[in-house]
Amino acid sequence: MNALFTESFLVSLLFGAVTAGLPLLLAGLGEQISEKAGVLNIGLEGMMLAGAYAGFLATYHTGSFWLGFLAGGAGGMSAALIVLYLCIRRGLNQIVIGIAITVGAQGLTSLLHFVQFSRSYPRLPAAPVLALPGLSEIPVLGKALFSHNPLVYLSLIFVGLLTWLFRSTYLGLSLEAAGNKPAALDAAGVDVIRTRSLAVLGTGFLSGLGGAYMANVGAGLFVPFITGGAGVIGIVLAMLARGRPLWVLIGAALFGASLAMTTALQVAGIDVPTDVVQMLPFAVVMLVLVVFARNSMLPPALGLPYIRGER
Amino acid sequence: MTTEVHIGARFTATLLRVLIPVTLALVVGGLILLALGKDPLGYYGYVLERSLLRWGGAQETLTRMAPLLLIAAGLIVAFRAGIWNLGGDGQFLLAAVASAALAPVLGGILPRGPTLVVCMLVGGLVGTLWSLLPALLKARYGVNEIITTLMMSFLGTSLANVLIKLVLRDLNTTVPQTRSLAVDDRLPRLFGTTIHCGLLLAILAVILVHLMMTRTAFGLRLQILGANRAAAVHAGLRVERLTIAVFAISAGLIGLAGAVEVLGVWGTVRADWNPALGLLVVPLVFLARFNGYAVIGFTLFFSALMVGGESAARRVGVPQHYVLVLVALLLLFLALVEYLDQSRRKSVAN
Repeated sequence: MNALFTESFLVSLLFGAVTAGLPLLLAGLGEQISEKAGVLNIGLEGMMLAGAYAGFLATYHTGSFWLGFLAGGAGGMSAALIVLYLCIRRGLNQIVIGIAITVGAQGLTSLLHFVQFSRSYPRLPAAPVLALPGLSEIPVLGKALFSHNPLVYLSLIFVGLLTWLFRSTYLGLSLEAAGNKPAALDAAGVDVIRTRSLAVLGTGFLSGLGGAYMANVGAGLFVPFITGGAGVIGIVLAMLARGRPLWVLIGAALFGASLAMTTALQVAGIDVPTDVVQMLPFAVVMLVLVVFARNSMLPPALGLPYIRGER
Repeated sequence: MTTEVHIGARFTATLLRVLIPVTLALVVGGLILLALGKDPLGYYGYVLERSLLRWGGAQETLTRMAPLLLIAAGLIVAFRAGIWNLGGDGQFLLAAVASAALAPVLGGILPRGPTLVVCMLVGGLVGTLWSLLPALLKARYGVNEIITTLMMSFLGTSLANVLIKLVLRDLNTTVPQTRSLAVDDRLPRLFGTTIHCGLLLAILAVILVHLMMTRTAFGLRLQILGANRAAAVHAGLRVERLTIAVFAISAGLIGLAGAVEVLGVWGTVRADWNPALGLLVVPLVFLARFNGYAVIGFTLFFSALMVGGESAARRVGVPQHYVLVLVALLLLFLALVEYLDQSRRKSVAN
């Protein structure tokens, strides 16, 4: 009896950690691309919300989860287009526009949800699950880690791909130069504006994907403010990770585990105030910052628009 | 004579730079309502009537401004000094809980006036204390304060709940909350209205902060710090001390906002109560371009929209979140108008 109890507890904890951590991972990876290229993307939360709404709408109408994910990515990218045009091409303040995107997406998606779904609150059917052959038969771990929506495995591939992109490709080098010394990149004959635009579109796609996963797989429905600060945590993860995708993964796992811990404890009937558990990941981050007390080493040109020929 | 004309022209230009974006935001917002099958004129008319033209609504609107203005004052100090204090929610809530828990106890010993003053001071102090760690990390090691203040904010919101549920709980209520402060013991109301005197304090704070930042040597030092940290070091400013001072003032004012809201309006803090004003005020401060006088205007506009928008949800069938769409449009159009103005001037100069 006791063993069974702990097994179900462990499975629900780990499974929940993956479900809660995945949107943070995708958003954090997305933000990392932008920050690397020198664009501080404060509108991440808004991009996730746009993705969550678009993704839910597409899956609700077509029944296809893959189309939902694609629509989510497109939703995030459409919010990114605003940053692309106003901040990168026109050089407007990135913080102001970022706040506008988040606030605007919160308002607009709530408004659209109110008009379309406030009477019906439709739910989606359970999302498809891909049980990895072999691995999913391992006791506990199989159910907890290897029986998820295919997007989960795809996202892990993204971590590897981005690491490779940053480390060993010309594009990765260009991205880093756009954040460190955009004028040098320009002098080398690479278009800074285009490099940064690509980065922001990548951010929009990944964060929108994260939002769509939250709505379609995590919750199975869309409600106003569904992302609930995941975008803010994504920004923090990207800043802490110092440009390394693997660190975003570790951070997202930490936050995901503690988010899942609250529900797992409730399911197990253990009476600990959930607020105490919720404090854990933030306390860990503060502790790490106090102990290592180092600068987060952000790119020097972060947040500054690049205007050709201006010093 | 010429200077008078010059000042007049400048005033008109400033007014236009605010009025054009406000009009554009209202028009585009109205088009969105129209597209969703709602009546924009009916909505705007209702919001205006409910929040400003009706005396009861106007009092609600003005009362709502008090915490927003105090938070704005705190953010203006920080943002002008180039320090991104985004941890307002945690600072606000912990201060609110501390003053709410203290007031009924202290009220048994001291008369009403001193009790309220001590509670407000404690609120400010708690806010300041909650920013101490980010302040030290920023001043000593240059750790990015966006990360640290956000982390402390999440920590603070949870800690406020833990305190209410486990330590400061009033055992006579079913919902976990602090002991309630009797209505007669709360902040005094102004001249027979329902507006508490915290509003005057808040307006005073915004104006004093504005004068401090623009007219005093201390304010000038902070502005230099904000314009260029390296230059501030080079100019021989004590950057570490200034940084800690900025955090202390900023978080102290936000803490005061929490105390004023609790002592003036609610009289208690319930578990899981979080108005999340700390981040709501950020766009207002940006709209006002860190100007204390302008922020009073934008806060009035925003709280009228909030008060009117809340009851419009029931009456006109437009959810209150529509207000957020308007704020976003305003931010976009203000930034755009400013940009176009600048590029027009540049082309004139060339």
